[in-house]
Amino acid sequence: MPPREKQIYQMLLTSTKSLLWMALLAVLVSTAVLSCNGNESPAINEGDPLHRANPLIPPTELGLPPTPTAVQKDDLHFPVPPPPFSEDIYPCSNCHEEIVTNPQRRILTDAHEEIIFTHDEQNRWCLDCHNPEDRDKLRLASGQVIGFEESYRLCGQCHGPKYRDWKAGVHGKRTGMWNGKKEYLLCAHCHNPHSPRFRPLAPEPSPERPEAIR
Amino acid sequence: MSETLRRKKLKRREFIKGAAGLLSMAAFGCRSDTIDSLLQKNLRLMTKPELKETLARLERQYRAKYDTNIKVYSTPPKESTLFGYGLDLSKCIGCRRCVYACVHENNQSRGSGDRRHNMPIHWIRVLEMDKSRGIDFLEANPYYDHNEVPRKGHFYMPIQCQQCENPPCVKVCPVKATWKELDGIVVVDYNWCIGCRYCMIACPYGARHFNWTEPYLPHGQINTNTHLLGNRPRYQGTVEKCTFCIQRVRLGRYPACVEICPVGARKFGNILDPASEIRYLMENKRVFVLKEELNTAPKFYYFYGT
Repeated sequence: MPPREKQIYQMLLTSTKSLLWMALLAVLVSTAVLSCNGNESPAINEGDPLHRANPLIPPTELGLPPTPTAVQKDDLHFPVPPPPFSEDIYPCSNCHEEIVTNPQRRILTDAHEEIIFTHDEQNRWCLDCHNPEDRDKLRLASGQVIGFEESYRLCGQCHGPKYRDWKAGVHGKRTGMWNGKKEYLLCAHCHNPHSPRFRPLAPEPSPERPEAIR
Repeated sequence: MSETLRRKKLKRREFIKGAAGLLSMAAFGCRSDTIDSLLQKNLRLMTKPELKETLARLERQYRAKYDTNIKVYSTPPKESTLFGYGLDLSKCIGCRRCVYACVHENNQSRGSGDRRHNMPIHWIRVLEMDKSRGIDFLEANPYYDHNEVPRKGHFYMPIQCQQCENPPCVKVCPVKATWKELDGIVVVDYNWCIGCRYCMIACPYGARHFNWTEPYLPHGQINTNTHLLGNRPRYQGTVEKCTFCIQRVRLGRYPACVEICPVGARKFGNILDPASEIRYLMENKRVFVLKEELNTAPKFYYFYGT
């Protein structure tokens, strides 16, 4: 064969061989894909995939606890954590048992000087809320004596709409389950009852400006 | 034939041989995780056994990638549940506690200082606005950095995914990688997302975020309790968004931002339950939704609790 023809023949041969390889490859891949996915029925048979119920696995199959059922709310008693007493201050009777109650409205000088009282201070003072007979309790305007864990009833005497919203779960923070057991916080957990206005907070860091990201 | 030409031919031949060999090995082996992730279906088209296998494979892959045992659950939506969210603008003080509670709960990419390799992502953005101007997005400042908040004469408006009933982001997705679940949560299939970012353009709230880089999740800071459609670690080139903490709320818990808020400005519940907090505030408070005129019908209600 002349060298020119020999060259063309060789080129033809190599291209045919590579074509054969490619065909073999395609067959291999397609059979493999079929063998991987063919043994399970496709979900498309179960109706329109965009509108049928979500097929995700229920939590019980994955070992998760079942959903708790909603709890009944009692209008007067709410699940709250223990009241936020200052350290070593409760029970109040530890000191007050030996002290004769002075019903005179005054500025305290012998104890509790650290309390800054800015909560309608023109019209109220300690014994409007604290029970003079038993210092470990609070007293409502009606004379009813209640524990510190029910102090929301005391606050609710003046702050009616807030109390109503709090009971509905809309004023104040709720933690726990949105459809079940939740924990309420006492008014005093967030507001200092003696000076209830919130103090300013330091904010967390601001997000990156787009120009800082390159 | 010249020597160089012959060498080239040989190279190509060798390459084809090698590739065919590798592919056939992988294909006949059939259980390679890499091949399986390449062939992974859209999550909504999976059968239960396929889904179970996918969950197990994702857990294996995450273990290899992050050296942490990450659980991936696929808790389904509850019956007759439609999630709604309330945010009390009269209470929010702009402290950004919610932003970082969300970052940690939902495994968003953190900031490491090296911008070339990572970018921090926040699903919640808190805007500071001037009280005298009202809600004015042009003048709003998300980058405020004062020593103390709230600043006098200003109010704060956190914005996150509004979980629209009529979500424009879902409409534009060319590959159906994002959809609205039966409980109203708009979710993303991170394996199916092609990163075209059409949804980010379509969203009128700026609620979708893109992983320009591989997300940076320091070891030991990963929330290992994850949901397939929620807070599992994402990939580079995918879009992510708030899911109302799908991994928590589908088990009945409150979202992380609700539980962290120090002023109790954030409310959450089932809109279909007349006794829920969200229904109470929708019925009794002054409520509005953002950009109502766009007919996106958000399930994120801003309200005034006062």
